[in-house]
Amino acid sequence: MRPILLQGHERSLTQVKYNAEGDLLFSASKDDTVNAWYSYNGERLGTYAGHNGTIWTLDVDYQTKFLVTGSADNTMKLWDVQTGQCLFTWEFLTAVKRVAFSEDGELLVCVTEQRAIAQGAIRIFRVNREDGKDQDEEPITLFHPLGSKATLAAFGWDNKHIITGHESGKIAIFDTKTGEELRAHEKAHHDSVTDLQLSADRSYFITSSKDKSAKLHDSRTLAVLKTYTTETPLNSAAIAPIRPYVLLGGGQDAMNVTTTSARQGKFETRFWHKIFEEEVGRVRGHFGPINTIAVAPDGRSYASGGEDGFVRVHFFDETYFRSRPYGELEPED
Amino acid sequence: MPVPEPSVNGHLHSAYDSDEDIDYTDIDEKYAVEYDESFLDSIIVVDGIPIVKAERKERLVTKLGQDFKRLGAAFKPGSLHMPWDDEKGQSKGYIFIEYPTVDQAAFAIAAIHGYRFDKNHTFTANRFADIEKFTNMEETYVEPPQEEFKPREHLRAWLGDQQGRDQYVTLRGDDLQVFWNGRNGASELVIGRPRWTESYVAWSPAGTFMATFHIQGVQFWGGPSWNRARRLVHPHVKLLDFSPGENYVVTWSNEPIQIPENARTGPDIFSADDEGNSVAVWDLKSGFVLRTFPSGQQGEDGAPKKMIWPLLKWTGDDRYVGRVQPGQQISVYELPGMHLVDKKSIKVEGVQDFEWCPWGDRDRDDQEGKTKGKKARENILAYWTPEVVNQPARVSLMSFPSRTQLRSKNLFNVSDCKLHWQNQGDFLCVKVDRHTRTKKSLYCNLEIFRMREKDYPVEVLEIKDTVISFSWEPRGERFCIITTNDPNFGNTAPGSTIKTAAHFYQLERGKGDFRLLKTVDNKTSNAAFWSPKGRHVVLATMGSQTKFDLEFWDLDFIGDEAPRTDKDPGAGIQLLNTTEHYGVTDIEWDPSGRYVASSASAWRHTLENGYTIWDFRGQELSKQVLDRFKQFLWRPRPRTLLSKEQQREIRKKLREYSKQFDEEDAAEESSVSAELIAARRRLIDEWNAWRTKVKRELKEEKGKRQQERGHAQEKVEEYVDEIIEETIEEVLE
Repeated sequence: MRPILLQGHERSLTQVKYNAEGDLLFSASKDDTVNAWYSYNGERLGTYAGHNGTIWTLDVDYQTKFLVTGSADNTMKLWDVQTGQCLFTWEFLTAVKRVAFSEDGELLVCVTEQRAIAQGAIRIFRVNREDGKDQDEEPITLFHPLGSKATLAAFGWDNKHIITGHESGKIAIFDTKTGEELRAHEKAHHDSVTDLQLSADRSYFITSSKDKSAKLHDSRTLAVLKTYTTETPLNSAAIAPIRPYVLLGGGQDAMNVTTTSARQGKFETRFWHKIFEEEVGRVRGHFGPINTIAVAPDGRSYASGGEDGFVRVHFFDETYFRSRPYGELEPED
Repeated sequence: MPVPEPSVNGHLHSAYDSDEDIDYTDIDEKYAVEYDESFLDSIIVVDGIPIVKAERKERLVTKLGQDFKRLGAAFKPGSLHMPWDDEKGQSKGYIFIEYPTVDQAAFAIAAIHGYRFDKNHTFTANRFADIEKFTNMEETYVEPPQEEFKPREHLRAWLGDQQGRDQYVTLRGDDLQVFWNGRNGASELVIGRPRWTESYVAWSPAGTFMATFHIQGVQFWGGPSWNRARRLVHPHVKLLDFSPGENYVVTWSNEPIQIPENARTGPDIFSADDEGNSVAVWDLKSGFVLRTFPSGQQGEDGAPKKMIWPLLKWTGDDRYVGRVQPGQQISVYELPGMHLVDKKSIKVEGVQDFEWCPWGDRDRDDQEGKTKGKKARENILAYWTPEVVNQPARVSLMSFPSRTQLRSKNLFNVSDCKLHWQNQGDFLCVKVDRHTRTKKSLYCNLEIFRMREKDYPVEVLEIKDTVISFSWEPRGERFCIITTNDPNFGNTAPGSTIKTAAHFYQLERGKGDFRLLKTVDNKTSNAAFWSPKGRHVVLATMGSQTKFDLEFWDLDFIGDEAPRTDKDPGAGIQLLNTTEHYGVTDIEWDPSGRYVASSASAWRHTLENGYTIWDFRGQELSKQVLDRFKQFLWRPRPRTLLSKEQQREIRKKLREYSKQFDEEDAAEESSVSAELIAARRRLIDEWNAWRTKVKRELKEEKGKRQQERGHAQEKVEEYVDEIIEETIEEVLE
């Protein structure tokens, strides 16, 4: 099937995300707006306007009730998904680089940028799910990770643990309540971690890095389960449900693209076998590096957002589900 | 304060502790040995002095005085004593010298010991006090306890591979990995160690050792277990060069040698004499420093000159090593002593460069006595001098150590010369870059010396275009040159490539001169890589930013035996395949001539680093794109151990062997795929096991959490909720 090209952004994409049902797709971009799309036909449902700077990150809760966004205008906003109304705004001293809901939507984690005026911080807020407008301005936990600054965070397998990715290539687990570093893997990657996505049951997660590799980790021990080594810096990595694949995206940095002359800039989405660590296929389309990838929760389609300002939604062909490139050797899940 | 003191014989007399101090002075006095050490220690004994009659004694003493003064061990007249054998009326062949201080005596010993006075006399120096010790030595020989014999690993074990595979080493980041190169690009890891080297890696010329570089020095590894075979301490070592026989190595560091205070001394480390030098020659077997040199990197005006490496050039038999001092002389040292041969350099006004004639198989057979009645030919060196006023440039051949001029040839209008020996030492080609009168354009002469013929005849080939590359076919009578007449040559704009042409020449047997076989025009190739076995050659476009062509050529496509017709002498030359390796920086044939490796090193650029292995026909067998990939090196092989007859036998039975090999290959293939499936099976099983465990644990934890919270009921409902959600997903499916 032909991919759907979502042309709603004027600048490069920063994050795309499906809701839990997979019928909606949200996209954040450097052009200050967040769009919501019907994922099955690419029709735009609406925009969430109000931010005044690049929107670095977004997340939607499990009921598709609330949307949270973090922006370079130093604010984090909570939106009503249905009405597009901004319910609440938190203000900080520095840009918000990453936001994420907990599995039950009760908690919210937020990573703010490190600048001279403020240390990089991770804050955890309790979300009032009854009245979206009545939120607590103060976080229930605030902590400053020591060493390399954190750029990514997500709730682990329960609400008590936060998994973080750092600029040095480190990944770590922090205690939600105390902010204590429980476990760390200093050299998970050689270069900055660019994306961190959990599996459906949050028992393992994938990280991508500028060091041109992506890795699968155990959520509790941080042990590296699998390593996928490519020849290009990676910006995003996602785990596909149903089939045993992971999707990796990236490409030469925009500033270096011209130096690759006539060669393709390696702007393909790469499919790797999750368990055998072998590349099985590539999907082309973007003409800039891929910044973000998300796979629909039902595993039937995926979306990629590029530096070129487009979101491409690809539906997998029947052959994707039927083909068995390694014979009958298939994992249970 | 009763501190127990150890007594003379070392026992602690604890029993006496309570008796307070015991006076041992009387005992000490009784056993004290008195002699004036300072007196004895400042006298040295020098042995190995020429035995002379009375009338020559004066001359000898004067000469010794001069020599020792030069060595820095000058002595006062009258402090030398030469024992005399009155019966025979001649000296006894050794002398005593008394120095004012012990330090001076110690220095004199270091300076004089091992000094070569003349051909037959090398001095040995000792402290007089030591002589006492030596004479008092036990006359009866006491056998030292026999050290347990530790068998050394077979350093050439890799040659015994059943499948005759070759090995290669790859450097990625600072991780080294050694692989077997199997058929069809299947590789098998031999060993890999992270951070095995700090800069790069090198093989010894016959592949026995692998050298790794570290801040402290070089380490050599080998044998089946890859243990360290040798370590040479040369801080900040940058370059390494082996002698062809792997007996010696030369190291260079850009930082002059410094000797820290109180440094350990020994034959395997630098001593004070080496301070400030930066080139060292080592004996690889013992690990001893043989000699160090200043690098001579500074010109007369003190400006740093371009580094020429190898700085020291070895003869094929490891007996001599030479170095050129441009403009002045060639100094040749003999091994292992590293003395200047005959104590004088070969003075050649204006000499620019020289090369030793390599040793061919024929020479080695002669030397090993495999051929009856033939003596190995003497080492030959070729050197050239540029034009100076009224004197033409000149290329000369000299045999060594006899220092006889074998042949020389005058050359005119010379810009530059390059000496190219064929690897068997059969031919020498001097590539002479010449300029026209006006010095505006360059052209080229190839002066080819035929080394196995009487009087070393020279043939001159004049090439009108600029010759970019010249290369001999190893073990062959052919060579390949790449020329260009592109006007952009020399000032190429980035992104553009210059047009070149490749020419193949062959020696015409009988006539004895070289003739052109074939020219291929309109190429971009600028480098030729011959298979070590000859016949095949890869022409490559290197150093360009847009073109990365590799061309695989076969020079005997129609077969060895086919008669060459005069009509088309180049009929056998055939292009097998043209392909490309993006970003290629290095190309190397494996020692057997079956495979070619092309690599893109991160040292040059960061685009698609990695390596590709091709077969000799240019079929890609394996391609590895590896981030931070730096170096690929085939492990060299030593000269074949098979005799001529055995080789002939094998060639005769080739058909039988190939049948056998085909069967083995088929068997291997099926076993490989079975192995692969088993390995995948294992991975799947591991994953499934891990998932089952994790899922169970998650479930348990969830249950525990709910209990803890105390309102399990509510949570159970939520759990049900989740299940409903999942069902919805399935409906969508």
